[in-house]
Amino acid sequence: MVTGAARPAYAVAAATPDPELPALTIEDLGILRSVDDPPGQGVVITITPTYSGCPAMREIAADIEARLHRAGFPRVTVATRLAPPWSTDWITAEGRRKLAAAGIAPPSAAPSRAGPVPLTLAYPPPASALAAGPLSSGPLAPGPLAPGPLAPGCPRCGSADTRLTAQFGATACKSLHRCAACGEPFESVKPL
Amino acid sequence: MSDPGSAPDGAPDGAPDRDFDDNPYDLLARDDDAAHRWAFGTGFTDPLDGIDRSVPDGVDQGQLARCCLALGDDALIYSHRLQQWVTRMPELEEETALANVALDLLGQARMLLSRAGGIVGRSEDQLAFFRAEPEFRNVRLAEHADRDFAELTVRLLLLSTWRLALFESLAGRGPGAGAADPVLAAIAAKGVNELAYHRDYAAGWVVRLGDGTALSHAKAQAALDILWPQAVELFRPDPDALAACPGGIGDRAAFDAIVDTVLAAAGLDRPAAPGPACPPGRPPAAVGERAGRDGAHTAAMAGILAELQSVARADPGATW
Repeated sequence: MVTGAARPAYAVAAATPDPELPALTIEDLGILRSVDDPPGQGVVITITPTYSGCPAMREIAADIEARLHRAGFPRVTVATRLAPPWSTDWITAEGRRKLAAAGIAPPSAAPSRAGPVPLTLAYPPPASALAAGPLSSGPLAPGPLAPGPLAPGCPRCGSADTRLTAQFGATACKSLHRCAACGEPFESVKPL
Repeated sequence: MSDPGSAPDGAPDGAPDRDFDDNPYDLLARDDDAAHRWAFGTGFTDPLDGIDRSVPDGVDQGQLARCCLALGDDALIYSHRLQQWVTRMPELEEETALANVALDLLGQARMLLSRAGGIVGRSEDQLAFFRAEPEFRNVRLAEHADRDFAELTVRLLLLSTWRLALFESLAGRGPGAGAADPVLAAIAAKGVNELAYHRDYAAGWVVRLGDGTALSHAKAQAALDILWPQAVELFRPDPDALAACPGGIGDRAAFDAIVDTVLAAAGLDRPAAPGPACPPGRPPAAVGERAGRDGAHTAAMAGILAELQSVARADPGATW
């Protein structure tokens, strides 16, 4: 949960764009976790990384500091928080709207965070994949298998008939898809 | 606010004034950027900055440091091996996928080495770039040089399946309560989500290769025959490095069950356990009683470290 939204510095920090999804702010993405002004410590902004190796964290921190300095907050600390881990469920309704407007399909609901992670076989043999629908695991031996994540709808034409072409896109947080109806490739934010 | 001197080259005349705020990359060109970063993502600070790093009472600090070092070294060395595949992958989509997997592991390595370093009094850079080979605690399987794409995918399946199960355990998603150290538990909880995608990616390719052409099937089976015996090292009884981990070194039966599910879909045969101790021309999973966790590495490790450490050692005071 995000705290400190009533603080004067909040609006300044919240407007910081994400370097890799510049249409969205860190507030839209749920990266901004809290804004505090403890006595004698200036402003403390707490952010959380989307992925462990996210190279944008340093850029975001530098941008937040620069923005707050310009807005008249001389003393700024940007802290990191790891737990609970960031989830695409924290992307706001406004963030989802902006993603779709930018041609990026918003993520479906994040997978459960309890118990062992089920194995997903998203690349079945093509024949069974087409027979059973996109991302289906097909007829396989019993085991820790789960159906694939819900295929995102095409952000261009709205068709639900889309195919996963790659689980990793230009950034760690996105996957690549192709719409079977209009033929266009598109990106989607992976549920996490 | 606007600084014409920093406007991007080639901006059309008469274009509206651009606000720095619209483009975070412009920050790099600003003189007043205190960090003086030379490229996107640089100006590195400790990945655990701002996180409470006190070690709870009752947690053995030495054991915690050794556990973080072992898991951090696995990720650092394996990430380096994966990075060496970049520009050699068969398709652009696989290139970006593998680079992202390597980046996730590098991020995990940085946090784990920072956690270990905070206890033993060294920085993540000192641990990564200024240790000698026998001080590294990664498994030998992480050093393996893949002969072909089939070995790459089978090895990624084995390592990500093992690591995901261990991270689930550390994050409290297994039968136990999770790591007693909250920082290690948080790093693991974050890593679980990433490793789940790594394992699915590897599993998908193993199925595709195993259930593909006669040639891809033969290569996938050959890769499995070579790598399966080396997976023994992941489950070697280890009284030290992973003792801080609940569930210890991992559950071999659960590991086998997941791999078997993939192999069944792929039409591949798991070699009879434990298999030959050392496939022809391949390094064994251990040397006598010692293996990677003891600092006994394969001949490939020297080359990895020479490349990984060369820049930092050429200029030991450099910042990134």
